[in-house]
Amino acid sequence: MKKFLAAFMGSMALATAPMALAAEATKELKMAYDADPVTLDIHEQLSGGILQLSHMSFDPLLRWTQDLGFEPRLAESWERIDDNTVRFKLRKGVKFHSGNELTTKDVKFTFDRLKQSQDFKAIFKPFSGINIIDDYTFELVTSEPYPLLLNTATYIFPLDSEFYTGTTEDGEDKSAILKHGNSFASTHISGTGPFRVTERQQGVRVEFERFKDYWDTESPGNVGKIVLTPIKEDATRVSALLSGGVDFIAPVPPNDLERIRNDKNAKLVTMSGTRIILFHMNQERVEAFKNPKVRQAINQEGIAAKIMKGFATPAAQLSPEGYQGHNPDLKPRFDVEKAKQLMKEAGYEDGFTITMMAPNNRYVNDDKIAQAVAAMLARINIKVDLKTLPKAQYWPEYDNRAADMMMIGWHADTEDSANFYEFLTFCPNAETGAGQYNAGNYCNPEIDALVEQANVETDLDKRAALLQEVEKRLYDDAAFIPLHWQDLAWAAKNNVNIEPVLNVMNFPYLGDLVIE
Amino acid sequence: MLAFLVQRISQALLVMFVISVVAFAIQDGLGDPLQEMVGMSVSQEEREAIREELGLNDPMVIQYLRFAGNALQGDLGNSYFYSKPTLAVIAEHLPATLELVIGASLIIILLSVPIGVYSAIRPQAWLSKFFMGVSTVGISIPVFLTAIVLIQLFSIGVTVNWFPSDTAWGQWLNEALSTEGGLPSYGRGEHLTPLFGTWESGFFTSEGLMHLLLPSVSLASIMLPLFIRLIRAEMMEVLQSDYIRYARAKGLSAWRINFLHALKNTMLPVITVGGVQIGIMVAYTILTETVFQWPGVGLMFLEAITRSDIPLIVAYLMVVGLIFVVTNTLVDLIYGLVNPTVKLTGKKA
Repeated sequence: MKKFLAAFMGSMALATAPMALAAEATKELKMAYDADPVTLDIHEQLSGGILQLSHMSFDPLLRWTQDLGFEPRLAESWERIDDNTVRFKLRKGVKFHSGNELTTKDVKFTFDRLKQSQDFKAIFKPFSGINIIDDYTFELVTSEPYPLLLNTATYIFPLDSEFYTGTTEDGEDKSAILKHGNSFASTHISGTGPFRVTERQQGVRVEFERFKDYWDTESPGNVGKIVLTPIKEDATRVSALLSGGVDFIAPVPPNDLERIRNDKNAKLVTMSGTRIILFHMNQERVEAFKNPKVRQAINQEGIAAKIMKGFATPAAQLSPEGYQGHNPDLKPRFDVEKAKQLMKEAGYEDGFTITMMAPNNRYVNDDKIAQAVAAMLARINIKVDLKTLPKAQYWPEYDNRAADMMMIGWHADTEDSANFYEFLTFCPNAETGAGQYNAGNYCNPEIDALVEQANVETDLDKRAALLQEVEKRLYDDAAFIPLHWQDLAWAAKNNVNIEPVLNVMNFPYLGDLVIE
Repeated sequence: MLAFLVQRISQALLVMFVISVVAFAIQDGLGDPLQEMVGMSVSQEEREAIREELGLNDPMVIQYLRFAGNALQGDLGNSYFYSKPTLAVIAEHLPATLELVIGASLIIILLSVPIGVYSAIRPQAWLSKFFMGVSTVGISIPVFLTAIVLIQLFSIGVTVNWFPSDTAWGQWLNEALSTEGGLPSYGRGEHLTPLFGTWESGFFTSEGLMHLLLPSVSLASIMLPLFIRLIRAEMMEVLQSDYIRYARAKGLSAWRINFLHALKNTMLPVITVGGVQIGIMVAYTILTETVFQWPGVGLMFLEAITRSDIPLIVAYLMVVGLIFVVTNTLVDLIYGLVNPTVKLTGKKA
C-alpha cells in the first residue's frame, strides 16, 4: 500500500502533441484577465492571479492534469518511502532565468520560505521538514501520515535561491516577504518557467518573453511573447476580444456567453468549476435554525439553474465531482410542499423573519442569487431582510457574523474535500482556527472526527469512503444551503488552441499553448 | 496680484485639509483593506498581526495625526496595492488622464466654437437645427452608453443587412450603414513617446492617437452639447448689442464683426464655465477610463475604492482638490487677460 504511490503520470498529453522546437516559439499572444498579478513575489499572496503567474514564470515540482491527476514537472519522479516521507528526484539541467542551475538547495530555500509566508504557511503546516539527500534528491517529511502530500507539492515552485539571497543596496534582505512596502522579490523575479517577465507596469501591462533556455524542449508551445493587460470591466474585456485587440480573455461574464458563441472569429470554452457557493444558517443568532427540520425545509432550493442561466452546476454537497469526498448519491432537493410540511412539523408554520447578507461584486451574480433565495424563502413564510454589500465591506461583516444567513464561496486550496469541512463546517474554535468561515455555527464533533480520521488515512479508497460519509451526514443534517459550483469560462480567437492548456484550477499552462 | 495668489493658496490648503479629514472619516465605511492583501485561508491571528503592523488598530485620531504629520513633509503614505508612495502612483497615472482631458478639450473647442457661432448667425438654417437636435440627444445619453456604442461601431464593427441586398440601393444602404471596426477599444497602446518625468505621451504616434480617439470622443460627448448651446446663446445675445450694430453700420466685414468683435465677448462666460467644467471632466474620466481601460487616475481611483486602498484614495482626493483650486485660479487669471476691466478678488481697485 505505502510502497509506491505514483510516478510518471499524465505525460500522455505531451507525448501525443506535435513536436515543436523551442526556436519556433515566435507567436505573440495578447491576453486580458480581470486583474494583473499584484506582485512578482509568488509567496506574498495565495490567490488565483499569483498562481497563474507562478505557472508562467516558474514550474512546480508536479502539476495537476485536466482530469485532476498529477504530471511530473521539475520533479522527475517520486516514491513514498514510509508513511510520513516521500522521496523526490529532481530534474537535471534545469536553468533559472538568471542562468543559475536548479538543485535541491533551491527547493529547500523555497520550502523554508513557504513555511514563513503568511498565506502559505497554513497549507504547509502538516510538513515537518525537508531532507536533502544530494543535489538532485530530497525528501518531504510530514509529522503524521498525510494523504495530501502530492496535492501540496503542486504549490512548490522552486525559486532561484542565489538570486533571492543577500541584501539589496538599501540593506534589505532580498528574501523578505512583505505584504506592504516594496520588497526585492515583489519587483524582481527569477524562476525556471517558460516565460521571463520583461516589462511590468502594475495595473497597466505585463510583458513576457519565452525563456530561451527553457528545460521543457518537448513542450508544443509556440508562444514567444505574451502581453497581459488587466481589463476589469467585463464589457470592455469582451469587446477587446471581439474587436481583435486581444487573442485570449478570462473570465467571460455569463451575460456575454451567447455573444461569443455567435461570433465567427471567437470561441468559448467552459468548465464546471470547483468553487462552491453556499449560505450558512446561523444557529447562534436564530433559534429556529437549531432545528434540523427547519434547515431541511430551507434547503429545498434548486435555484442555481434559473439564476445562473445554466452557467453553474447545481450542488447538493461541498465536494465537486472529481474530489474524493464527492458523493454521487446526493441530489439537490427541490420540493416546496415538503418544505412546508417540514416547517409545520417543526412548529414554524407561520414562519419567522431573518436577516441575510451577501456580497455584490465577489461571485458571479452573487446579489441576484441572494435575492432569489430570499424570494424562495418567502414561499415557506420566512421573511428575509436582505442586504448586499461590496466585498471590501462584506468580509468584515462576515467576520462579525452580522446576519442570520450569510453567503460564501469556497475553493479548496488543496483541491481536496477536507479543506471545505475544515473551514466551513468544523465546530468553530478561535484557538485552533477551525471553522474559520463557519458562519452557521453548525457543530457536530462526530463529523469533525471523521474528517480528522480521513486526514491521516493514506489509503485513498478508505479515505474517499470516509469523506463521502461526511458529505452524506452533512446533507442529511442540512448543515448549510449548498447552491452551486460556479462554472469557469474562457474565450479566445479561433486560431488560439486554448482547450488543451486549460483546467478547473483556472491556471492555464500557457507554456504549452499553441497558436496556429 | 500677489495678494490674490496668497489668498488662493491659503484657500487650497484649507480645501485639502477638509478633504483629508473627510476622506479619513469615511474610511471605516470603505471596508477592510486586508481583504485584498491576504488569501481567504489566512488565520485571524496573522491578519491581526498585519493590521497591527499597518497601524490600522490605532484610534482614528492617532491615525490621522500620523498621516497629517507625514503629509506636512510631503509624504502622503504608501499605497497598499502598489506598495509605492501614493504620490508616485498618482504621478504615473496622471499623464494618461491629462492627455485624455486634453484630447477631449481639443475636440470640444474645435467643434463647439464653429458650430455655436454658425448656429447663432444662421439660427434658421437647417444645419443649425440639425446641430441643436443632435446636441439635445447628446446631452441626454450617459457617457457609459456612448462609449459602449462607439466601441461596438468603430472597434468591433457592425454589419447591417436590413435592406434587400439583391437590389443596388439596398446593397448601397447596407454598406453605407455597416462599419468596419478596427479602432483600439482599450488602453493607450504599447508604444508611447517619453516626454519628461513620468509623462509618456500618445500624441506623437499614430498608434497613440488611434487609442486616444474613442475615449476622447466619448468624454467630449458630455460637454460638447453644453458648450455649443452656451456659445450659441451668448453669441446671439452679443449680436443684438449696440456695438455690433454700430460695427455693421460702419460697414465692417461680417467675418470681422462675428469672429473678432462678437466672439471675444461671447467667450467670457464660456471661459468661466469651461474652467469649472474641466474639473468636472476629471471626475467624468472615472467612467470613461473604466470603459476603455484607460490607465489614468480615474480608473486607478475606482480600483482603489474596490480594494479599500485608503492611502491612495485620500491622496487622490487631495490631488483632485488641488487641481480644482489651480484650474479655477488660472481661469480667473485668464479672465483678467481677456477682459481687463474685471477685478481679481483681493486686488486693490
